[in-house]
Parts: sequence; C-alpha cells; structure tokens
Amino acid sequence: METFVQQLINGLVLGSIYALVALGYTMVYGILGLINFAHGDITMIGALVSLTLIQLLAAAGIPAPVILLLAGGGAVMVCAILGLSIERIAYRPLRRAPRLAPLITAIGVSILLQYSAALIWGKQYIALPKIIEPAQLTIFGAQLTSLQAAIFLLACTIMAGLLWFIKTSRMGRAMRATEQNPDVAGLMGVNTNTIIAFTFVLGSAIGAIAGLMIVLYYGLGHYFMGFMLGLKAFTAAVLGGIGNVGGAVLGGLLLGVIESLASGYIGDLTGGVLGSNYRDIFAFLVLVLVLVLRPAGLLGHQGGDRV
Amino acid sequence: MLSVHKLVVAYGGIKAVKGIDLEVRRGEVVALIGANGAGKSSTLKALSGLLKPSAGRIDYDGAEITGKPAYHLVRRGLAMVPEGRGVFPRLTVAENLAMGAYIHDDKSAIARDFERAYTLFPRLAERRAQPAGTLSGGEQQMLAMARALMCRPRLLLLDEPSMGLAPLMVQKIFETVRAVAAEGVTMLLVEQNAKLALETCDRGYVMESGAIVLADNAKTLLSSPQVRQAYLGE
Ligand SMILES: Nc1ncnc2c1ncn2[C@@H]1O[C@H](COP(=O)(O)OP(=O)(O)OP(=O)(O)O)[C@@H](O)[C@H]1O
Ligand SMILES: [Mg+2]
Repeated sequence: METFVQQLINGLVLGSIYALVALGYTMVYGILGLINFAHGDITMIGALVSLTLIQLLAAAGIPAPVILLLAGGGAVMVCAILGLSIERIAYRPLRRAPRLAPLITAIGVSILLQYSAALIWGKQYIALPKIIEPAQLTIFGAQLTSLQAAIFLLACTIMAGLLWFIKTSRMGRAMRATEQNPDVAGLMGVNTNTIIAFTFVLGSAIGAIAGLMIVLYYGLGHYFMGFMLGLKAFTAAVLGGIGNVGGAVLGGLLLGVIESLASGYIGDLTGGVLGSNYRDIFAFLVLVLVLVLRPAGLLGHQGGDRV
Repeated sequence: MLSVHKLVVAYGGIKAVKGIDLEVRRGEVVALIGANGAGKSSTLKALSGLLKPSAGRIDYDGAEITGKPAYHLVRRGLAMVPEGRGVFPRLTVAENLAMGAYIHDDKSAIARDFERAYTLFPRLAERRAQPAGTLSGGEQQMLAMARALMCRPRLLLLDEPSMGLAPLMVQKIFETVRAVAAEGVTMLLVEQNAKLALETCDRGYVMESGAIVLADNAKTLLSSPQVRQAYLGE
C-alpha cells in the first residue's frame, strides 16, 4: 500500500510534466493536423537554456527564487521565439503540401535542434547546481518533496489557466473556430496565420516551463533528453485523444501514473528479471495499445480524424 | 458597390471561372444562377477572399480588393454565408454567433445583434447552448445566416442558402433575405432554386461552364424562354 501511494504521487508529479509537453503536441495537431515532432526538442532547449541561466545566476550569488524566475522567463522567451520561427520558416510554406511533407520536415527540425544543442552545450550530461534544498513532506505515509509539490501545483495551475483561456476568451474561441474550419474562421475576420503562430508560441512557452521542471526534477540536462520526453508526451496526447486539450491533460497524468506504478512493481512481477530501469517500455506499450484498441484516444471523437 | 472585371478562377490548370464580368449596385439584390459545376461557388469564393483569382480585377466600395484575404474584407463589410453552411460544429450556437461578432468590440451593440439574431430565429435562442453540429440542416442554415449578419455586412454573399431544406424552411430563409435587403444590405445570391431567387431579386446573372451567358432584370429572365426551359423545368 505504501509503495502504491508513493508511486501514485511520483506518477502524478511526472505526469503533470508530460501533460504540459503533451499540450504542445495536441494544440498544434488540432489546428494543423501536424504532429510536430520537434516539440520534444523545443522542450529540451527550454531545459538547457534554463540550466545555463541557473548556472550563471547561481555563480553570481543571486537568491534562488529570483534565479528560478529568471531562468523560467528566459527559457519561455527563447522557446517562444524558436516555436514562432519554426512555424514561419519550416511549416508555413508547406501548409498546402501533402501531409507527409511537413511531417518529414518536423523530423528534420527535431534533428536540427538536437545537433544545434549538442554544438552549444556538448554531448555530456549537464548537472544542475544545488540552489534549492527541498523540504521532505509526508502524506499518507508517502514521501513528497516540496519541489515535487511545487511542480505539480504549478503544472496544474498552467493547465487550468490554459483550459479556461481556450474555453472563455475571444482568442481561445478563435483558436477553436480555426481548428474546426479555417476558411470560415477567415470569413469571420480571424487571421488564421496569427492564430496558428500564436498556438506555436503558446505550446513552446509551456514546453519551456516543462523543460525547467524536468531539469529541477532530475537535476540533469542533456541534448538528447527531448527525444524520450517528446515520445512520452506524444503518447500522452494520443492516449487522451490527440487534438483534444483536456485529453492531453488526462493522458499526461495517466501515463505518468501508469509508468510509475508499473516500474514500481515490475521487479516483483517479473521475479526480479526486469528492474525499474525498464520504465520507458510502458509508454510505448501504452502507445501501441491505444493505437490498436482506441485510436481516437480517451476523449477523442471516435471516427473523426481531428478533435 | 461591387464590380468584377474579367475574373478568372482556376484550380491547378483547370479554369472554373473563365473571365466573367459582374456588377452589384448599392441596395440591389442580385441572383447568380446556373447548373451544378457552373462555377458559382468559385466566383463567390474569389469575391469573399477565400480563393485568389488567377486573373481579373475586383473592386468593392471604390477600391480594388483583388486577392485580398477574407479576414480583411469582412472588416470592410463584405461577408459571406458559405456553401454547406460552414457552422463550427463543436462551438455552441451562441459561440458561433460570437464568432460572427469577432471583428466588433462594442459590447452593447454586440448584445443588440445577439438580440436581433434570436428574434429573427427564435429556434436559435432555444438552442443557444447546444453544439452547432447537433442542429438540423435547416437550423444550421439559420445559424449560418444569423452569424453572417453579426458581422454587420454591407454586402452579403449567399451561397445556396436553401440547399437541402424543406419548403417551409426555404420560405423562411427567403423571407429573411427580403427582410435583410429591406434593411439596406446589398446581396449577391447564388441559388439552385432559380424561380424563388429571381422572384426575390432585382437582377440576375446566368452562368454556364464558367461563363456568364445571360444578364438581365430578374423579371425579364423569369419570362425568358431560355431560362424557363433550362432552370425552371418547363
Ligand atoms: N477545390 C477544387 N479543386 C478542383 N476543382 C474544383 C474545386 N472546387 C471546384 N472545382 C471545380 O470547379 C468547377 C466549378 O465548381 P463550383 O463549385 O464553383 O460550381 P457551382 O456552380 O458552385 O456548382 P454547384 O451548384 O454544384 O454548387 C467544377 O467543375 C468543380 O469540379
Ligand atoms: Mg456551389
């Protein structure tokens, strides 16, 4: 029971980060029908930028809360500009091309970002300087650090804010309209190019925060970290129903919990043959199962290609 | 108000509209009729900015608008009800209407526009919180029309507003067209229902395979043997 609650908590925290990244996949898919494979790497750039900023600011002796704020702000800015440029340069010219063209371009952009990061930051793991000393909390007999709690709460706040924004604001309504019928949205006066660019900026900015969270959570950064994170977030988006924003939230949390629970028990289940270092298997297992059993995902529209 | 000169619309290499001339004067209601595939929708799409013409010139309200995007034109009072209604299926009725008011930000005037839409189509008021995709075809057509009126158009392009509707509903739509015209909105109406269209309009154009073959007063067209035979089934 204790392991269960412990793994559940770990899963929810990690899952909330997956969910943030999954939002970027799902929003872009909803509006363009494009799987933006570069999104995981945008998150990686956010992670490494915030890592570097933390290193620099920590060396300058700035207090930790200020460091985190500046690192987060810097990462958000870099990723927002990056997302905007990628859409403009790589995807917009292919808007009317066959679907395969932007998909292959997305993979190209992903590789480009990875190797640019390798050039800038090197190929070794980068360690986070110790700037915070998280407190240990105990709930239901399980351990939780104040850092985990903060990550989870911030992620939930961002997700709730985004859902509220899409549901109630004029811009959010225009985003949904563009997603459902871009031509008619244009007839209503919506500049769909602006909406699409804004979607990339929003997804990338949220990805940047997720990148900072990952760095704080694992204490490490690496130029290739966006690959696995991206695949898991994509799985989460598919699990929830790709194109569906609420689905990305649900899928992320669920995937985190599945992965955590499964890796917590995998040793017992296999008689010690497989250890918890096999945890990454579960994301793919989930992906395959969803694609076979319920391709539209949990909250997706059955039979529909889009949201 | 609208003047079209040698307009060509092509898909790839295939010309759907082959250099037509067309005129709509302020306050007029003009019909554009023709068989399936004649190029009527392609013409309207070019006028509303959904398609870029391959050649020709479009003037609206004293300025050239050839190739200008739709989101720009609607701000100048040129709105369109597209073929097949084009409601946003997963937005509610009220949200669809709010999209019609996207270009406006005067809250009290928008509230009055909502009022008017719901008075014009009480059915929409009953269904205001329902996703538009769950409405019947006729209700969706009412919504598409009401939504276009939320733009406060000065020139309204209507692409087959009576398509697929029961006779009573068709009457209702044409009543609305007349009411809107009485408010001073200029209209260009594409219709399969040539008789009703010509009875409602001041003038008419007949289109065949991408070209205008007849242009005259609606009354004259109604009594022309050519039109009676080809479009009124006589
Ligand atoms: N997106 C497209 N791509 C290629 N050809 C098209 C496209 N849209 C229309 N066409 C062609 O252009 C021609 C004119 O089509 P259009 O839709 O303008 O006709 P229409 O007069 O509106 O017909 P209907 O009364 O059936 O609505 C047709 O031959 C049609 O096949
Ligand atoms: Mg048509």
